[in-house]
Amino acid sequence: MDLNTVWFLLVGVLFAGYAILDGFDLGVGALSLFARDDNEQRIHINAIGPVWDGNEVWLLTGGGALFAAFPPVYATVFSSFYIALMLLLAALIFRAVSMEFRGKVDCPVWRRLFDWMFGIGSLLPALLLGVALGNILRGIPLNETYTFTGSFLGLLNPYAILIGLLTLSLFIMHGAIYMAIKTVGDLQSRMQGWANGAWMTSVILYVLATISTFFAAPFLFDGILSKWSFWVVFLPMLGAIAYLPVTIKAARYGIAFLASSVMIAGTLGLTGVSLYPRMVPSLTNLDYSLTVYAHSSTPLTLKVMLVIALIGMPMVIAYTAVIYYIFRGKTEITEESY
Amino acid sequence: MDMDTLFLSRLQFALTIGFHFLFPPISIGLAWLLVAMEGASWKTGNPVYERMSRTFAKLLALTFVVGVATGIVMEFQFGTNWSEYSKFVGDIFGAPLAAESVFAFFMESTFLGLYLFGRKRVSKGIHWFSILMVAVGATISAFWIIAANSWQQTPAGYIIQNNRAELTSFTQAIFNDSTWVRFFHTFAATIVCGAFVVTGVSAYWALKKKDMDVTRRSMKLALIIGFIASVATAFPTGHEHAIQVAKTQPEKFATMEGLLKTQTRAPLLGFAIPLDNPPRLIGAIEIPGVLSIMAHGDINAEVKGLDAFAENERPPFFLTFVSFHNMVALGTMFIGLMAFGIFLLYRGVLWETRWFLTILVAAIPLPLIATQLGWIVAEVGRQPWVVYRLLRTADAFSPTVSAGEVLFSIVLFGVIYLFLGALYLFVFIREVKEGPVKDSVEEVTV
Repeated sequence: MDLNTVWFLLVGVLFAGYAILDGFDLGVGALSLFARDDNEQRIHINAIGPVWDGNEVWLLTGGGALFAAFPPVYATVFSSFYIALMLLLAALIFRAVSMEFRGKVDCPVWRRLFDWMFGIGSLLPALLLGVALGNILRGIPLNETYTFTGSFLGLLNPYAILIGLLTLSLFIMHGAIYMAIKTVGDLQSRMQGWANGAWMTSVILYVLATISTFFAAPFLFDGILSKWSFWVVFLPMLGAIAYLPVTIKAARYGIAFLASSVMIAGTLGLTGVSLYPRMVPSLTNLDYSLTVYAHSSTPLTLKVMLVIALIGMPMVIAYTAVIYYIFRGKTEITEESY
Repeated sequence: MDMDTLFLSRLQFALTIGFHFLFPPISIGLAWLLVAMEGASWKTGNPVYERMSRTFAKLLALTFVVGVATGIVMEFQFGTNWSEYSKFVGDIFGAPLAAESVFAFFMESTFLGLYLFGRKRVSKGIHWFSILMVAVGATISAFWIIAANSWQQTPAGYIIQNNRAELTSFTQAIFNDSTWVRFFHTFAATIVCGAFVVTGVSAYWALKKKDMDVTRRSMKLALIIGFIASVATAFPTGHEHAIQVAKTQPEKFATMEGLLKTQTRAPLLGFAIPLDNPPRLIGAIEIPGVLSIMAHGDINAEVKGLDAFAENERPPFFLTFVSFHNMVALGTMFIGLMAFGIFLLYRGVLWETRWFLTILVAAIPLPLIATQLGWIVAEVGRQPWVVYRLLRTADAFSPTVSAGEVLFSIVLFGVIYLFLGALYLFVFIREVKEGPVKDSVEEVTV
């Protein structure tokens, strides 16, 4: 495997890591909109309290890796999705600070304000990230100089919105399963219901999305069945999708969480497999697409970055795992909670 | 349309970096002070230190989260607003940003979660280790971002080819001419920022006679650390940084020092009022020869003045000059304030000297102003270049983003940041007014 492909894979792994980790806490945030009282709201927030910040770093790392390994792709995509990304940033800012601020003043209006901010600030990124993914799958209008010629409203096409709803539904399922691990009693059984409902919604949206992709971006299917990488991603994902309702029903939430992680990673994996070697197809003419080979950094930079990743990421994964282990078990509200 | 997008993009970057840069210096400084406080708590077992730690940990959590939230904007903005810049420098500039995430952001945010939520879940030693990792991570983060910015100031380890800067040596690019000195200068400044928060907050408690057990100790700790760090911002780091600028960016040096004409025995300005168009000084008080000595260690050394540079290669005069001199004045004042505080403390009269305690409270924001001014000198003083002598700022913005879109995001961030700033101050002041936390958490070991 050449360096460019390795980096395409690594950027994919980083974004998949982000989708799995921040995916559940965005889902928990969206679900908090349905919390029934102050105590339930606090359980939602504190279930992700020690870990959400670390989870969000995966987005920064994915962005940074994209910048370093494929600068023209980073520059073109980020400037093309300008308004959408500004809204995403605004939502992420509100979400982050609302957790910190809500508990500081004992006043119902103050708390409700930040509860809404936390909920909407979680729901909106889940949707917008999917809309962005949908646009990349479908392709964006790029001319022969690889310059974006579209508009913000053009990015809000039905196909991209469908993918946005799919990611939202996936994150809610993922978040509900995480909450079921972290809670007991009535709240836990409601989370079980949410997980089940979101699984069904996700499957329906997945089928719709696949059919729509045939029409929106038929080139993604070119020769896909003969790629071994497709089967490596597709078969475990199919297994996870089929197994999910069984584990949710049996209340084996740890296994269910693994399965939903596989389903989310598989969704991004299939995106990568069907795009490769393109990174961003051009809607204008496929020849104007941004690709892993034509729009990467130099081999030296890719090599240096690989060394950085190979030293850094195992450490990150090790201490992240330790932290999750330390905070295992049910969420309790203590003096130090938000 | 192009000029508008350029101007608005610069305005947005200044706004977002300026607001963001208020928070990380406090976080880094406070984190290191907390390493000392938590260490004292762990080693002495004295519950006073634990109460002190828990109190300042609340301020750290508050500051940190605003820093994180506004920091994400910065990484996105290179792509959203400066796409031509990103394409030109990505081969070099992206790696330190990615390294910052991998080596620093993960560490500080993951261990901050453990630090804030884990007091009852892990042993005291591990808990101390977690705040140490927060401080180390935050400091490494400062290193990488300063390394990246230093490459913009003094590019190295590259070759211009295929319409972009391509990497030839990673170590030369990262450890370029200005990286280390700018890192140590900025790091010292962050400690000053954190120390002034602690001295100011302690002074407020002393004025209100709140919990003198905690107050005496936190004040003493922060005065001593603050004094050392204040001295370090000037000597050696500030001085060495100026020498480096004189060598590697002479037009920035001439602008910040207000040297209009190239000359030997160049004078240092004691006072002057700068004016733009053309750059000139009113009422200048000069100390002959000192600038030559400071910059090159030789009174007869020639120092390049603004006249040595074409007009379209000079940084804005007024802003750079004023920012630099006010930063220096503030920095000098910090040394004096901390030294006088220590003097009063050892004379045993600090707690009765209410006027000085009041000054310490009022001084909390001053180091933040100084760091903002320093950043302005660094960034405005580099203009008209975004990468010194390689890429002009005017050629760096995103051509596909319209002025209207940038205006939208400026208003969006403007409103959000006003709201955030007000909230932060409100909650910060509220936490401080409550005084140090009272009860002690019983020790739980796992």
